[in-house]
Amino acid sequence: MNIISLDSHRAALATGTGEPTACRAGEMPWERSIAPAALHEIFAADEIEEGAAAAFALLLGWRHRPGRDRPLFWVREQASLRRHGRLYAPGLAELGIDPAQLMQAQLPDPVAVLRAGADIARTGGVGAVVIELAGRPKALDLTASRRLSLAAAQSGALVLVLRLDATPSPSACWSRWQVAAAPSRPLAAQAPGTPCFDVTLLRLRGGPAGMQYRLEWDRDAQAFHDTPLSGGMAALVAERTDPPARQLGG
Amino acid sequence: MVLAATNKAAAALGLVPGRALADARARVPDLVVLDHAPTADAVLLDWLVMACEVYSPAVAPAPPYGLVIDIAGCTHFFGHDETRLRDDLAARLARFGLTAQLALADTPEAALALARHGEADDDVRLLPVEALAIGGEDHLALRRAGLRTIGDLADRPRTALAARFGEGMTDRLARLLGEIDGRITPHRSLPAVHEEARFAEPLNHVDSAFGVIGELAELACTTLRERALGARRLTASLFRSDGHVARIMIETATPSRDPVLLMRLFREKLGSLNDPLDPGFGYDMIRLAVDHAEPLASTQLDLNGGSATDQPLATLVGRLANRFGRDRITRFASGDSYIPEQAAFELSAIDPPLPQRWSEPEPGEPPLRPLHLFDPPQRVDVIAAVPDGPPLRFRWRRRLHHVLRYEGPERIAPEWWQRQHGHEPGRHGLSRDYYRIEDAHGRRFWLFRHGLYGSEKVDPDWYMHGIFA
Repeated sequence: MNIISLDSHRAALATGTGEPTACRAGEMPWERSIAPAALHEIFAADEIEEGAAAAFALLLGWRHRPGRDRPLFWVREQASLRRHGRLYAPGLAELGIDPAQLMQAQLPDPVAVLRAGADIARTGGVGAVVIELAGRPKALDLTASRRLSLAAAQSGALVLVLRLDATPSPSACWSRWQVAAAPSRPLAAQAPGTPCFDVTLLRLRGGPAGMQYRLEWDRDAQAFHDTPLSGGMAALVAERTDPPARQLGG
Repeated sequence: MVLAATNKAAAALGLVPGRALADARARVPDLVVLDHAPTADAVLLDWLVMACEVYSPAVAPAPPYGLVIDIAGCTHFFGHDETRLRDDLAARLARFGLTAQLALADTPEAALALARHGEADDDVRLLPVEALAIGGEDHLALRRAGLRTIGDLADRPRTALAARFGEGMTDRLARLLGEIDGRITPHRSLPAVHEEARFAEPLNHVDSAFGVIGELAELACTTLRERALGARRLTASLFRSDGHVARIMIETATPSRDPVLLMRLFREKLGSLNDPLDPGFGYDMIRLAVDHAEPLASTQLDLNGGSATDQPLATLVGRLANRFGRDRITRFASGDSYIPEQAAFELSAIDPPLPQRWSEPEPGEPPLRPLHLFDPPQRVDVIAAVPDGPPLRFRWRRRLHHVLRYEGPERIAPEWWQRQHGHEPGRHGLSRDYYRIEDAHGRRFWLFRHGLYGSEKVDPDWYMHGIFA
C-alpha cells in the first residue's frame, strides 16, 4: 500500500518538474514552481503581513487548483478567528473567488487542524486546501508535512500550509514562499488599486531560490501579473531565464 | 409547609401528601423531611423515560410522577405476554431503587388511572370517580349524587352527565372505558426506520456492541433500500442494564444507505466523544434508529462494478462534521443586508447548500470589500486633518500607520427600520463612513468612522473593520 502511494507520489513529482500538465492562461515563469499535487508553504514576512499572506495563499489555491469545479477548503484554528478576523464572502467575490466553492473548518487545536487538513488533502475531488497554523505547533513536524505531501500526491489537490508568526523550519514542502503586501498602482484620485504582493521564493526543491517578484492580482483575467520592481533586479533575472525570452533573443 | 410526597412507610403511618408538616411532626416526631425538588423529580422522570425506551420506542412522561409506554407490537421478546413485560419492568425499576405502581390497559388514560387509583389487574369500572381527574369539586358532586365508581357512571346516559359536568368529563370517561382509542405523544418522535437487538446476557464489550450496531445498520439499510430512502441522521442507543442510556448520533451530508459508510461515521463519532462508552454491567439492548431520512433513488453500478455511492466530498464533509462538530465545518450563505457584517453568514456544510447571491464586481475595479472581516470591529486611534475628513495616521495593534492612499467615504446608514423608535429624529442609530486605506508599505485596510461628525456624534470613534488582500 505504502509502495503504491510512494510511486504515485514520484509520478506526481515527475509531472511537477517536467512538463506542467495543465498550462493556465497567462501563466508566469514563477508559477511553474507551484507543482500541482504537492505541498507548498507560505510564510508571512511580518506579523502585520498576515492578511497579505492569507490572501496570496487563497489566490494561489484558487488559481492552481486542478479542476474548475473542485472546491477549496480553508482549515484554521478557532483562536485565529479572533486575531485575523473571519473570511468575508463578499470580499472573496471581489477577488474573483466564488464563495460557494469555499468551505471552512474552524477547529479547536493544531492537532485537529493537521488531522483534518490531511484528511481533506487525501480526498479525491478537493481542489486545494489551505491549512493555517500560527506559531510553531509541536504537531507540525517532518512527519506531518510528509503526510500532507503524500496526501496531495494521492488526490491531486494543491496543499498550502500558511504559517503565520513563524520562521521556516525543515519540512517536506515542494516550495516555500514569503509574502508581504506591496504598494498598489494608484487609481484616479490616489485611490488604492488592485492587490499587490511582494513575494520571495525561499526554497524550491531541485531549483534555484531567492527570487523576488512583485505580483498584482488581476481579478478579471484570474491571473497574477508582474509589475516592475522598483528596488531589486531579481525579478528581471528570473525573466531572462524564461524560455519565450530566449526565443526572442535567438 | 405541607407534605408533597411520602414514602410507603410514612403512608402506612397515615401521612398523606397535602397534610401540614407541623401536624405530621406532631404525629411522628422523628419524621425525616427533605425539601421538595420538582426540578430533580422532572430530571429523574426524564431519565426514567429514556431508560424505559428499552421496551418500546414510544414512551411519554405523565408528569409529575408517571409515564406511559405504548407496548403495542413490542411484546414478542416476552413471548407475546404483556404481564411478563410488566414483571420485567417491575424488576428493572426495583433494581433502580424505585417503587412503582404498574398497570396494563387498552388506553393511556385507563392505564394511568389504574396505576394511580387501583390495584393490579383491577377492572376500570371498579375505580373511584377520582380516577376521572376532573377536579375536586366535581368528584365531590359525583359522590354526593351517589356515584362512587366509574362503573356507576358508565351505565348512566352520557348526555345528562355532559350537561352537568361538561363534555370534557364524558370524553375522559369514554377514554377510561376504552371507548375512544387514545394515543400517547412519545417523548421523542418515532423514527422512520428502527432496528433493535436484545441480548439474553448483557454485552460487556464496546467492540461487540459495535459489531451489533453494524448488523443493525445492514438491516436498516435494507429497509431503507426497499422504501427508496437514504438516512440523513441516525441514533444508536445503547441501553445499559442499570438504566443508563448512551446515545451516539451521526449525520450524513447526503442521504445514504451504505452500512460501511455509516459505520465509519459511528467510529469517528465514538473517537470524538468527550466521555468514552462505558459498558459497565453490560448492554442488554441496542437500538439503531434512522431519525431523519430523505428520498434516495437507487443508482446503477458502474460496468466495472465500482461502488454506486462514490461521493468523496459529501463523505468527507460528513466525516469531519461528525468528528469535530457540525458547526465547525461551514460554507457561506448570503445575508440580505447592507450592514457589512450581516451580508454573509456561515452555515454548517452538512446541511444542503442555500443559493448564494453575491454582487458581481465591476470589471477593472479594485476589491471594494475586505477579505478578512473583524467581527466585532476593532477600535483604532486615528488622526485626521479635519474631524469629518479621511484619516492621516492611525495606530492599530501598537503600530503607527501612515495613510498614503485612500478612497472614501462610502457611507452606510443604519437600518433604522429595524430599531425601536428608529423613525424618530436622532434615534435611527449611527451611520458609518468607510474608507479604503493603503499605508506607506502597501497594506490595505478598511476603516470606518462611527457616527457623522456634528450631526450624530460630537467625537466619533474609529474602527478597523477588515483587511484587504
